[in-house]
Amino acid sequence: MNRFLIADTSVDIGTLRETLLKPEAGGFCTFEEWVRQTNDGRLVSPIGYEAFAPLVTSEGQVILDEVRERFDIAETCAMHRTGDLPVGDLAVWIGVAAPHRGAAFKVCRYMIDEIRRRVPVWKREHYVDGQIEWESVIMSVDVTGQPGPFKTGGGHAP
Amino acid sequence: MPGLEPEYFAQPGEQAGRRAETRETSVTTAAAFYEELRVAYGFALPAGQMHVAVNAAFCPWTRSLKEGDHVVFIPPVSGR
Repeated sequence: MNRFLIADTSVDIGTLRETLLKPEAGGFCTFEEWVRQTNDGRLVSPIGYEAFAPLVTSEGQVILDEVRERFDIAETCAMHRTGDLPVGDLAVWIGVAAPHRGAAFKVCRYMIDEIRRRVPVWKREHYVDGQIEWESVIMSVDVTGQPGPFKTGGGHAP
Repeated sequence: MPGLEPEYFAQPGEQAGRRAETRETSVTTAAAFYEELRVAYGFALPAGQMHVAVNAAFCPWTRSLKEGDHVVFIPPVSGR
């Protein structure tokens, strides 16, 4: 079962949480990414999230498989929204259940960083002054075509 | 001369003015195909700042293309 969801409508988070209720888990951490009202000090109206869904799902599942292998956790799942989301709306949800709290906190952080680095979802910022820009960073590409670490300071593509 | 199925997202999608197409071409690698489209549509981003996926899997730019391949050029994702 693929536990990385891509959704073009709102998702019942309670249902996602229930899938993480495992008897071996002693704790649960979640990370939620929300649409913020500003970007680089400029007021944002909605943000459009565009995704290449087949690769989002497959690469997202690779990340989940990685954390199951590398960390002592009981279960995890994640959800990424697409479409135009207003300020305050939920864009990404990550849940991690683990026997001990350390791994749950650590895996939440690892997963959002890897999702942002590797999963092909693009943000289209709609500013209240009427401008529309794609948010992006400059990424490196390794010889196999896999995403390499991104470099900060890439700025905004026109 | 393969007929390829490129699909465009984000900036390249806006610059191409379309989401997808079927395109006849004489090129045989992903890198050459991107350069052909870059000339045709004026893509701003060089291949070095992009990834490419063929049939929904990341691959190197040297990947050979064949008839019917679905090709997606992946501009930098929103990393923050």
